[in-house]
Amino acid sequence: MNAINKISEEYVWDKLGSVMDPEIPMLPITELGMIIEVKTDEANNVFIKMTPTFAACPALNVLKLEVFNAIDSLPQTNEVLVDITYDVAWDSNMITEKGRQILKDFGLAPPEKHNGDICIKMLQEVECPHCGSNTTDLKSTFGSTLCRAIHYCKDCKQSFEQFKPV
Amino acid sequence: MDNLKTLIYKLADSQMIIGHRNSEWTGIAPILEEDIAFASMAQDKIGHALALYTLLHENMGEEDPDTIAFSRKASEWKNVILAELYTKDYGFALIRHFLFDQLEAIRFESLKTSTMEPLAQLAKKFSSEIKYHTMHGDIWFKNLANGSQESKARVQTALNECFEYANGLFEKVEDEQTLINQGLYIGEEALKNQWLNKITSLVEEAGLTVASMGDKGNGSLTGTHTEDLQPMLSEMTEVYNVEPNAQW
Repeated sequence: MNAINKISEEYVWDKLGSVMDPEIPMLPITELGMIIEVKTDEANNVFIKMTPTFAACPALNVLKLEVFNAIDSLPQTNEVLVDITYDVAWDSNMITEKGRQILKDFGLAPPEKHNGDICIKMLQEVECPHCGSNTTDLKSTFGSTLCRAIHYCKDCKQSFEQFKPV
Repeated sequence: MDNLKTLIYKLADSQMIIGHRNSEWTGIAPILEEDIAFASMAQDKIGHALALYTLLHENMGEEDPDTIAFSRKASEWKNVILAELYTKDYGFALIRHFLFDQLEAIRFESLKTSTMEPLAQLAKKFSSEIKYHTMHGDIWFKNLANGSQESKARVQTALNECFEYANGLFEKVEDEQTLINQGLYIGEEALKNQWLNKITSLVEEAGLTVASMGDKGNGSLTGTHTEDLQPMLSEMTEVYNVEPNAQW
């Protein structure tokens, strides 16, 4: 009988790094903090729990399918179950440092870390991802997608969006 | 229908209906930022409705969310009547949103400690998103109430109009006391007191007056709705009803 290599959870996490946010194509959802839990068992069945950034995220079902496909397509995996859960409510503090840098490189200002108390102040004088200035104005707490706020940089005279703190 | 289920339908339906009303501004709001704001808030509300319909489907034996959202007729909906009213103008939409979201913030805050775990989890999620809605409603209310004579007058008119339907926001499900005793819900009286205090302080601070709460919005939990709802539903469900069993 062939020995089946038991796959590790690290291996699954690593492979999940290939699933990107559909609107920010170089941002893996693992860096966004959307994958809550990965479990494997002796028979190489995989159980994944994920949560949406925003309850109304229109990409949620697509992402669930991509997560499933990314792991189910691996030769070693057996049954794969992906569950959308609200056990852990996503908040923007769950974006990793690497994720924040990717956002900046993409031209999106990352969200301020917060202690649960979101207020307007947190959205003012946000650092411009184009030129680094803090002489910026909040234009709207709403933007082109649910997660974005719109700002304007008075130094480089460009508008930019911010992944808003939630 | 058991009373917890009815309560969750009330919450879900209210989000869905006001979500659709908010979405009606897409492309025609008075300024671009408000177009974006209302579209974004509408999307959030519809997402909250979806999450609650999913809870009803997965935990309480109800139909799937699409069937719930798109196949019922007006008398089957349990939304608060204020949400369904035809949007006569932007001022009305804004003040309705201000009043409604102040209430939803309080309601979902209180549900964070519900003994129904899945509901408490959703309440935690929604609460952080609703913060942006109340921020928007509060800022605009304040600006317009402290603006010109015209804006003041229009805000007062819209407040008075909304208040005619205010008691309907707090319509109780049957045997609500059982839900309260089981720690599932803090009850409509408690919510009404918190909301009225908050609104009164905001309104009076702006130099305006709080009208008395009216009964025009009563009856939605027992099938009574205004004539505004069915036309809205017909429009909202138009695509679905072309072929109800279509696989998307």
